[in-house]
Amino acid sequence: MKKKKRIIWKKYIPLYIMALPALVYVIINNYMPLYGMQLAFRELDYSKGVFSGKFVGFQNFKFLFATKDAWMMTRNTVLYNLLFIVIGTVFGVTVAILFNEIRCKIAARIYQSAILIPYFMSMVIVSYLAFAFMGGENGFINNTLLKLLGKEPISWYSEAKYWPFILLFIHTWKGIGYSVLMYTVRLLTINDEYYEAASLDGATKWQKIWHITLPFLKPALILMTILSVGRMFYSDFGLFYQIPMNSGHLYNVTTTIDVYSFRALMNLGDITMASATGVYQSAVGFVLLLGANMLVRRFSKDDSLF
Amino acid sequence: MRTKSDKQWAFVGHIIMICLTICAIAPFILLITASLTEEATALRDGYSFFPAKWSLDAYGYIVKQWAVIGRSYLVTITVTAVGTLVGVSISAMLAYVLSQRDLPGRGVILFLITFTMLFNGGLTSTYIIYTQVFHVKNTIFGLLLPNLLLNAYYVMMFRNYFENSIPKALVEAAHIDGASEMKIFRHIIVPLSLPMVASVSMIVALMYWNDWTNGLYYLSSNSKLQSIQTLLNNMNENIKFLQQNNNPALSGAAVNIPSATVRMAIAVVGIAPILLMYPFFQRWFVKGATVGAVKE
Repeated sequence: MKKKKRIIWKKYIPLYIMALPALVYVIINNYMPLYGMQLAFRELDYSKGVFSGKFVGFQNFKFLFATKDAWMMTRNTVLYNLLFIVIGTVFGVTVAILFNEIRCKIAARIYQSAILIPYFMSMVIVSYLAFAFMGGENGFINNTLLKLLGKEPISWYSEAKYWPFILLFIHTWKGIGYSVLMYTVRLLTINDEYYEAASLDGATKWQKIWHITLPFLKPALILMTILSVGRMFYSDFGLFYQIPMNSGHLYNVTTTIDVYSFRALMNLGDITMASATGVYQSAVGFVLLLGANMLVRRFSKDDSLF
Repeated sequence: MRTKSDKQWAFVGHIIMICLTICAIAPFILLITASLTEEATALRDGYSFFPAKWSLDAYGYIVKQWAVIGRSYLVTITVTAVGTLVGVSISAMLAYVLSQRDLPGRGVILFLITFTMLFNGGLTSTYIIYTQVFHVKNTIFGLLLPNLLLNAYYVMMFRNYFENSIPKALVEAAHIDGASEMKIFRHIIVPLSLPMVASVSMIVALMYWNDWTNGLYYLSSNSKLQSIQTLLNNMNENIKFLQQNNNPALSGAAVNIPSATVRMAIAVVGIAPILLMYPFFQRWFVKGATVGAVKE
C-alpha cells in the first residue's frame, strides 16, 4: 500500500513542476501584495523600514473618511459605473439588433471592423485623439466647428460641466464595437424558425424583437449587469486619468477611487492614505463581487465565477 | 422572404452603422492629417481634416530623433515579445495541470488562481512590494512583471478548452507510449489548441503593446527604458505640467515638449503597427469571441 502511494506521487511530480512558474508569479504578483495591505493599519516610519511602523488600527481610515475626497471619489466611481452600465447596455443592444438586420455581408464586415478599431487602442492614444478635438488652441472643435457656428471657443479642459458627457461619450466610443460583437454572437445563435413562425402568425418587427430577440438575450444581459455591479467600486484608470489630462479644474467630476489612490501614492507620496484607499476599495469590491456572484448562482449556476 | 418592413429596418441599421463607422474612424484621420500639417498652419487654424498647407516636417523630425523613438520601439517590441511568450506559456502549462482531474492538490491550486479574480491587494501594496522587495524600479522587469504576465481568466479559458476540446484517448495513448507530461503538452495539447493559443496570445500581446501604466509607476521620467506608450504618456505629463503652471517662461523650448504636429506624428508612429496588423488581429479576436460565446 505504502509503495503504491509513492509511485503515484512520483507520477505527478512533472505536473507540479509545470505549474510552478505560474504559481510563483501569482504568489509574487497577487499574494505578497495582500501582505502589503497591513500598511493601511500602520504608521509610516521610514527610519524603521516600510513595514515596521507602529500599528495604529483604523486610524488611517478615520483620516481618509474625514476628508471630502472620500465621498467625492466614491460618488464618482459609483455614478459613472451606473451610467456606463445603463447607457452601455441599452445602446449596445439597440445597435446589435439593428446591425443584425443588415443582410449585406460586405457592408456588415466593414462596419464591424471599423467600430472595433477604438477597442484596440490604449488610453494614451485616445487622449491624443481627444486632445486633437478638444485642445484649447489647436483643437478641431474650437478652431473649426465652433467657428462655423459663430460661437466662442470653449476651454474644454477647465469646464467641469461637460465632462460627464465627454467621459460617457469616450467610454461608449471605445467599447461599442466590443459590446455589439458580444451581443451579435448571441443573436446569431437564435434559430430562424422562431422568426419565420412569428411572421406566419402576422407578428410585426417590434413584436418579434420584444417577444423573441429580447427574451433570448435576457440571460446574457442579466449576467453581464450583475458582473458589472460586482465591479462597481473599480474604474477604468486610463479613462479618468488620461483623458482629462490631470486638469485640476476637473478633479471634482473626474476623480474616481483608482485615480485618487494613484495621486495619493505617486504625486503626494502619501503611502498610508493611498493604501487605506486601496484597502477600502478591495474590501467593498470583494463584498459586492461576492453578492453579485451569489445572485448569478441563484440565477444560472454555470455562469457563476465560483 | 424579405418584407418591406425588413428592408426598412435594414435601412435604419445601415444609417446607424454608417454614423458609428464615421465616429470610429474620423479621430484617426484627424490624427493623421494633423501630423501632416505644416506647423505654422496648425498653430493658426488648429488641427483640421483639410489643412491649408501639408508638410512632412513632423516625420522628418522623427527620423532625426530616431535614436530616442527607435529605442522606445525596441523596448516595446522586446517587452511585448518576451511578455507574451512567457505569459502564455506559463498560463497554458498551469491550465494543463489544472485539467488533470485526478491530480492531488488540484483544488488548492484552483482556489489560489480563482481567488486572484476576486480580491487584490490594491495598487499601493503592489507598488510597495515590487519596488521595496523586488526593486524592479527602472529595470525591464518593471515593464514585464506587474499585473500583465498572467491573468486567471485566460488560465480558465485554456483549461476549459483543454478539458472539452481535446480527445482524452489521444492523451492516454501518449501516456501508454511513455511520453512525458511536457512532451504531451508540447506535441499534442498545444498543436491541437492553436486557435485558442493564437487568440489569447494576441490579446496578451496587445495588452503589452498598449501598456503605459507600468511605465508610469516603475520608470522614472528620464529612464532609457521608456516604451512608445510611456514616451507618449510622458509628453502628456509635460503638457499637463505646463498647463498647470501657466508661466510663459516655461513654455516652448524651455521644457522638452515636441511641437503640436510632431506630437501627433509620434502618436501615429505608435499606432501604425496596430492599424497595419488590424485585419489579422480582428479575425482572431472575433473568432475567439465566438468560441467563448458558444461555450456559454
